[in-house]
Amino acid sequence: MAKIWVYAEQSQGRPAATSLELLTRGRELGDVEAIALGPGAREAAPALGRHGAGRVLVNEDPAFVEYLAEPATDCLAALVASESPDLVLFAFSSDAREVAGRLAARLGTGLISNAMDVESRDGGFVAKVPYFGGSKVATYRANARPAIVLIRPKSFEASESAGAGEVVEVDAAIGEDSRRSRVVETRTEAADKIKLEEAKVVVSGGRGLGGPENFHYVEELADALGGAAGASRAVVDAGWVPYAMQVGQTGKTVRPGVYIAAGISGAMQHTVGMKGSKVIVAINKDPDAPILKMADLGVVGDALKILPRLTEAVKAKKGS
Amino acid sequence: MKIVVTVKQVPDPNAPQGLDPDNTIARDREVVLDPGDECGIEIGLQLREAHGGEVVLVSMGPEKARDAIRKGLSMGADRGILITDDQLAGADALLTARVLAAAIGPESADLVICATESYDGSTGMVPPMLAELLGVPQLTFAKHVEVDDGTVTVHRQTDVGYQVIQAATPGLITVTAGIAEPRYASLKGIMAARSKEVRVVTAGDLGVERGQAAETVEGIADAEARAAGEVVEDDGTIGVEKIIGVLQAAKVI
Repeated sequence: MAKIWVYAEQSQGRPAATSLELLTRGRELGDVEAIALGPGAREAAPALGRHGAGRVLVNEDPAFVEYLAEPATDCLAALVASESPDLVLFAFSSDAREVAGRLAARLGTGLISNAMDVESRDGGFVAKVPYFGGSKVATYRANARPAIVLIRPKSFEASESAGAGEVVEVDAAIGEDSRRSRVVETRTEAADKIKLEEAKVVVSGGRGLGGPENFHYVEELADALGGAAGASRAVVDAGWVPYAMQVGQTGKTVRPGVYIAAGISGAMQHTVGMKGSKVIVAINKDPDAPILKMADLGVVGDALKILPRLTEAVKAKKGS
Repeated sequence: MKIVVTVKQVPDPNAPQGLDPDNTIARDREVVLDPGDECGIEIGLQLREAHGGEVVLVSMGPEKARDAIRKGLSMGADRGILITDDQLAGADALLTARVLAAAIGPESADLVICATESYDGSTGMVPPMLAELLGVPQLTFAKHVEVDDGTVTVHRQTDVGYQVIQAATPGLITVTAGIAEPRYASLKGIMAARSKEVRVVTAGDLGVERGQAAETVEGIADAEARAAGEVVEDDGTIGVEKIIGVLQAAKVI
């Protein structure tokens, strides 16, 4: 059986959703084990075990959360050297990709990033990677051992299995010079809103809204629908709204029941992050906008006129 | 202080997208300096203005990528290094990082600045690899950066706010596109850029061999396409009516 590892991100004992997704997939590929680092790792272990990890390798050294990337890289590199896994899975998240990048460079293996699936084939592993906005899928064979694959959030549905998960304390193995990039302070700016990834309805705005002063139309409709507001990379880059609202390849991946794209042309950067939505509604002035070709309902028209009327109509329906 | 900014030439993000018959991204599009890199150059220039020193641009790409370096030099960077080599065509992230590290290492920079991710690849894997190969810490997703007396501090964008991250230099930072508005090149800057040095080197000059790629392409297929939907032209009422219908069918309202 192949030895499959999942770098299981967790925060204060709560496993990240992606950790459970990766374990669920990993257990179909071989003997899956989880590596959980930092304070809370032990508390996270039972959930990781329930999702398929035969062993959960833990170390609670605070350095794993006090310093970026390097301590985790050291620990993983030492574990890989002594345990020789065949495949190491990471979430394609901002924290995990930094660890994976350093690890792949240190081991000299390289990696496959932004994958949506990984399979066993002919004694090795292949990963499916969407490109060109998710309209094409490339199949890549991993050439190195361990194969390192980063997988997009929400690629699999997490589910529990019978396993219990033996907790194994491992050496932190943090190098002398690896406590360098220090987290001095953590500040929270917006927390009480509905999380984009969990919202049942997402309303996103793009450059077609004209300017940041019009973005409130998107937020008002999202509020009226009890959903969350998102944005395209173009308007995040332009500084209209914070990065946390970005939907797309490097922003959030969302799969709500209804996704409403207002003034978004449908660049591939964006569509790969929302094409898994159940129903897609697009509002765009340009009848040739690519987003209209993938929408279940495309409305050719001015989002600035349609959004406020739609918000009023939604409120009226909800009130009745 | 010495600052290195990595730059990349990418297909113009504002031009239409297309695929060549072999399913690779069409290369005949207009190419531009990656807009994210313009922000990196801007931060490099601001730090040089505050602390003195030099801003060096390093790019790997075809000969044409010289234009991207030239644009950065017009903005005010001091000199450039272009690594161009047919053997590097189609390089993966690790090979790219190895080549960049070999070119940047001898510069002994205090700070290496990268964009968080490129506009075309958008996977952001090169910066952490580069930091590892250079043996320096990484301070990432910066929406704000300061350097003071050998310490670099960044505000690292997170989902719910930001973290304040600090490290002693030398270090590598990645900057988000929102960190600063890149300056326009002045006419004087464009003229001055013509006489600035762009050193051209090959992989061989840097002592980098291609080695085994991390991955081999086994196949390319069309993704499951979404069924084409209905498109209506709004006339002032039908757009809202249709959307309300969809929301009701989905039991959202």
